[in-house]
Amino acid sequence: MRAKDFTKGIIDGIPICLGYLSVSFAFGIFAVGAGLSVLETLLVSALNLTSAGQFAAVPIIAGGGTLFEMALTQFIINLRYSIMSVSLSQKLDESIKTPVKALIAFSVTDEIFAVAVSKPDKRSKEYMFGLFFTPYLGWTVGTLLGAVAGNILPQIATVALSVAIYGMFIAIILPPAKEDLSVLVCIVIAVALACAFYFVPFLSVVPAGFRVIICACAAALIMAFARPLKPESETTAPQSGQKDGAL
Amino acid sequence: MTIRPEFLLYLLVMALTTYIVRALPLLLIKKPVRNKYVLSFLHYIPFAVLAVMTFPAALFATGNIYTAAFGLAVALVLAFFKRPLIVVALGASGGVLLAEIFVQYVLPLWV
Repeated sequence: MRAKDFTKGIIDGIPICLGYLSVSFAFGIFAVGAGLSVLETLLVSALNLTSAGQFAAVPIIAGGGTLFEMALTQFIINLRYSIMSVSLSQKLDESIKTPVKALIAFSVTDEIFAVAVSKPDKRSKEYMFGLFFTPYLGWTVGTLLGAVAGNILPQIATVALSVAIYGMFIAIILPPAKEDLSVLVCIVIAVALACAFYFVPFLSVVPAGFRVIICACAAALIMAFARPLKPESETTAPQSGQKDGAL
Repeated sequence: MTIRPEFLLYLLVMALTTYIVRALPLLLIKKPVRNKYVLSFLHYIPFAVLAVMTFPAALFATGNIYTAAFGLAVALVLAFFKRPLIVVALGASGGVLLAEIFVQYVLPLWV
């Protein structure tokens, strides 16, 4: 029964693994291109497992940003994981002890969370370990391949692959924006603010990490008060953008 | 294959922050969040973060604003028609590859 749960988790994790392979490959190229060593790039992926957070971290490391900027950036970008953790705490089998929960916490990502809560029944620790295993393998192996290939591939290929992550971000935010005008308005406000920070001279001196925090928080705050969620939609909140199940 | 000491500090701060954000709610909070403004903020924040990270930064990712814009346009069309994430991601890359080939090898033949 337990071994069966583990196997089921591994199988459910395969589609996530394939998606992670391509994105982490792009991350490997991106990080090495920015000046990180292959080993450093692999360590970032192995200890963090967070796509947007890692892509935001590289310019801070490469540009010599402050540790406070790093902590605040990761906190804001990954804040969504905390709401997923709250939700996941209701989904885990009651017999799971706190130290094991502490291990499972490391596996909270948009995609793993989406699969974990996709069935109404409680999840065993064996299932959660299996569901973590395959995506984690894809994330670290893809990173290593990208970090090494970044030095081998012709420049035109690495340039092309460097936009893969932005394609993934667009694929996550555009379909929900089509369905929900509030999400679209939130995105437009966020992009308008980001452009202001890029092109207005005295704003463009603000470090990259802080720009993301300021623009994203401002847009999300405005929309949280202008268009708050209706109470019944709370269970769907953390899964936004996961409908396709492609990652 | 080197690790710089100052890198380890960044890595430590990054990994700890990310882990704490994930673990604290799972270990401490036993009841679901009810405040609708907090929930709404958490609902909107992923979209806002990803949008800010993509635009306008993605336009400068290739070193040529036109090839980047073409790749992003391909991604926008594919995402609009709800293609899977991996298809959209590789579509953006394919678009940039085609545009770069055009700019580097085809265009010089004409001008």
